[in-house]
Amino acid sequence: MSKFLDKKGRFKDEYRPIGWDGMTLKEMLEISERLFSETSHYYGVKDFNLKNQDPIRYEKIFSKLRGGLVTARETAMNISASPIVQELGELCFALYSPEGDSVALSTGIIVHVHTMSDAIKFMIRNEYESNPRIQPGDIFSNNIPKIGDVHNADVQTIVPIFRENELVGWAGGVTHVMDIGASTPGNVPVGPISSYEDGLDLTANKIGENDIVYRDHEIRCEMGTRTPMFWKLDERCRIAGCHMIRDAVERVIRDEGIDAYKGFIREVIEDGRRSFINRIRELLIPGKYFAPVFGFIPLKGEAGLPDYAAIDILIHAPLELNVGSDGKINLSFDGTVKWGHHSFNCTPSAMQGALWVLLTQMVIPNDKINDGAYFATSHYFPPYTLANPVEKEAATGAAWVFLIPAFTGLVRSLSRGMFARGYVEEVMSSYATTANGLQGGGKDQYGNDIGMLSLEFSCVGGGARGVCDGLDYAAAMWNPEADMGDMEIWELIMPLLYLGRRVKPNTGGLGKYRGGSGFQSVYCIWKSEDLVMQNINDGGSYPSPGIFGGYPGASGYRHNVLDTDLLERFQQRMPYPIKEDDTADSEISKFCSGRHLFDNRTMNYPYRMRHSDLYYSPMNGAGGLGDPLERGPELIEKDLNGNFVLPRYAQRVYGAVTHQDEDGFWHVDARATERLRQEMREGRASRAMPVKEFITLEREKILSGDFRVEVKRMYNQSLELSTSWREWFLTFWDLPDDFRFTPTAESHGSSPDILRSGLRSGCRNTKAQE
Amino acid sequence: MSGYSKETLEKLIDGRLPWNDVKQIMSSFKDPDRFDKIIEILQEKVPWEERILLPLALHLYIVEKKDGTRVVKCDCGFEFGDYHKNWKMEALIYVRDTEEQMQEIYPPLMHSDPEVTVLREYYCPGCKTQLEVEAVPPGYPVIFDFQPDLEAFYRDWLGKEIKGGNNAGI
Repeated sequence: MSKFLDKKGRFKDEYRPIGWDGMTLKEMLEISERLFSETSHYYGVKDFNLKNQDPIRYEKIFSKLRGGLVTARETAMNISASPIVQELGELCFALYSPEGDSVALSTGIIVHVHTMSDAIKFMIRNEYESNPRIQPGDIFSNNIPKIGDVHNADVQTIVPIFRENELVGWAGGVTHVMDIGASTPGNVPVGPISSYEDGLDLTANKIGENDIVYRDHEIRCEMGTRTPMFWKLDERCRIAGCHMIRDAVERVIRDEGIDAYKGFIREVIEDGRRSFINRIRELLIPGKYFAPVFGFIPLKGEAGLPDYAAIDILIHAPLELNVGSDGKINLSFDGTVKWGHHSFNCTPSAMQGALWVLLTQMVIPNDKINDGAYFATSHYFPPYTLANPVEKEAATGAAWVFLIPAFTGLVRSLSRGMFARGYVEEVMSSYATTANGLQGGGKDQYGNDIGMLSLEFSCVGGGARGVCDGLDYAAAMWNPEADMGDMEIWELIMPLLYLGRRVKPNTGGLGKYRGGSGFQSVYCIWKSEDLVMQNINDGGSYPSPGIFGGYPGASGYRHNVLDTDLLERFQQRMPYPIKEDDTADSEISKFCSGRHLFDNRTMNYPYRMRHSDLYYSPMNGAGGLGDPLERGPELIEKDLNGNFVLPRYAQRVYGAVTHQDEDGFWHVDARATERLRQEMREGRASRAMPVKEFITLEREKILSGDFRVEVKRMYNQSLELSTSWREWFLTFWDLPDDFRFTPTAESHGSSPDILRSGLRSGCRNTKAQE
Repeated sequence: MSGYSKETLEKLIDGRLPWNDVKQIMSSFKDPDRFDKIIEILQEKVPWEERILLPLALHLYIVEKKDGTRVVKCDCGFEFGDYHKNWKMEALIYVRDTEEQMQEIYPPLMHSDPEVTVLREYYCPGCKTQLEVEAVPPGYPVIFDFQPDLEAFYRDWLGKEIKGGNNAGI
């Protein structure tokens, strides 16, 4: 006899299914999926009984739940000690149905609302109900993107909500932790080259019961991360928030009755689905939008990485958005390059998270958001690519490095639709990628272990708007409430002193409307002799392209100085660098001696820095919008007087004739400017050629294969991994079916085994190749 | 939601509306008559007669000619041909693929490695306006940014037919 059954063949009380009407959770999930497949309505809901019969009550229930979630976030964030959570608000909470579909959510980093849905469904599909069992008071935790997450440092806590012995939902919370215990320090580790180096693994584990965290879990986390105090308080923050949500749900059930609650959560998700479709039909134009984006990761020759990982990588993210006449949208990344031995691989859960966070900011920017929007969209993330690595060994710790640039194309695509519809106030060029990432670890100024990433990069430039410039140093694509944090708080946490923090000119893409500007921070490493540091940025391409004739935001670069004379300068009250406005006339070079790392190596394996070394962090600007020759004189004056643009570029790019008055203020001569602009337009005509002529010349270059190895490798990977992308590429250039760029030691790899292993011929052999 | 006045919308699309008013528009329910009003405003602004069916990008429109063909047209009057085809194929192009050319736009080190990513500037052959800038590796096909399903938009979303002749069906 089964241990689950009594003598009469009935479930023992302790093993009775916890789903509704005697079902298991797995049965409930299967029914939900079948009903959606059969009816195209969430849980088969065709009529809104509660909403139509008693709309006030429906709204009251929603408000109580939403209020509970927002209150939980605002209260819980004060339990954390991490500036990432407390200062920057890097947390969010959500309420889920028993099957794991989100019902309502808090404010915050709502990229995670669907990732936690994936984690809950993982537990259901793997029959956690019978082992390790799901009971009132249990606590679960997950941080594995292959289960449901963006990257490993986004740690989730999930708590089941019961009414008597029946599960009525789940509360979930996420915080972005300081350090995840990866092979290199920090929370977006650039160093791991396999998942076995990504750090602490919480595979949707049960970490507590009766509302108490298991001590063995706490010890494991204390031992496994570099910042255990922050970890522990972050975990308590998430648990407290989940318990507050549980209380809110119990209050609603007590006030409204369980039947009303059950009916409500079905209706509100279907309501969310229909609202999303209506919103698409209201804002966009049906059709096909195509916006490929590229990113360059210079890791060639990095000491500390094996030969097969120490290569330059050119990312190709060919985003295609199809908006159907039925209002449903499909997102495809067909043609994306192969996954690889680095930590930038993105799982489908991460990709869906990014889709979610952008749709909620651009299409449905209100509180009535839930997984209904997820049910109104479809997607294709091709296997064995950066958008879906499939392989268990693919590292994901810095998935954002691919994710953030890849989705700039979605913003521009949505904007094209909204522009055509007349809603110009919603139009936006590419957001800036959130970088430079100042990351490192070792010993802090107090002698303790530290792993750190300054999240002040959550205030980079916002994309140029359809009617005005983009937000200057005030936006992050993944956090609708961007905040750079106070310098004093970062100085308290990290062994660094700020020498300066101010606007960084020429970072925003120039255009009729300028992309939002980035800013710059200059630091002196302080009171640590045992520290490794790295930069995280794109220094070889333009991950934030412009739109309608605007230029992309600027590329990143590095300017750190080792073995400096800063201490001597401080003691002798000599000038020291507080900024670097112009790379052609560097203040850092002028006011700091030492070994200058002044180059485009914007992605490094961590390297040694110590007390009094200089670390420079230039933050990115966003894409511009419109022809720069159409920029208004008053906006150009604002650019110059606010130090957003260096004077020589006002003339070269804007075609502005300017002068500076005796008080130092810049002015634009409108008439002379118009004359200069006319000359510049004529200059365009003389230097340009017809596109058809360009195509003939470019085709010859392709046939000669006269491109860098990274470029050829990118093309070959996309040609191998996508039939449709290959057909498009070959048709456009009129190339034979078997065309490939001449293989090089690093560029070929046509066998499926090589695609799956992520290795390239000529690289170190592994089990997968044997 | 009642619509906004033509005056307000003209200021909005010209970038002359105060930010507080823009913000108010963004925070409100969308005005369902926006498309019709914007088309009306744009039609009054352009110096030609063809009927605008859709604003495609800054300066570019899909228009219906008197013979019933639908083409992409710049507000200067230059026609790029059938809207089903990529208008860029009829444009002028200038490719920035050297450091010197990049540094006309960006300070040193703040631009791409031109061997990895080039800038392709597309100009209107009529007025020389810079209509799009692509940032792509050398050898990338010309990007067809947006292919609207015009028929489905008018028929299924607006509930109107696109008919020949001025203002027919709208």
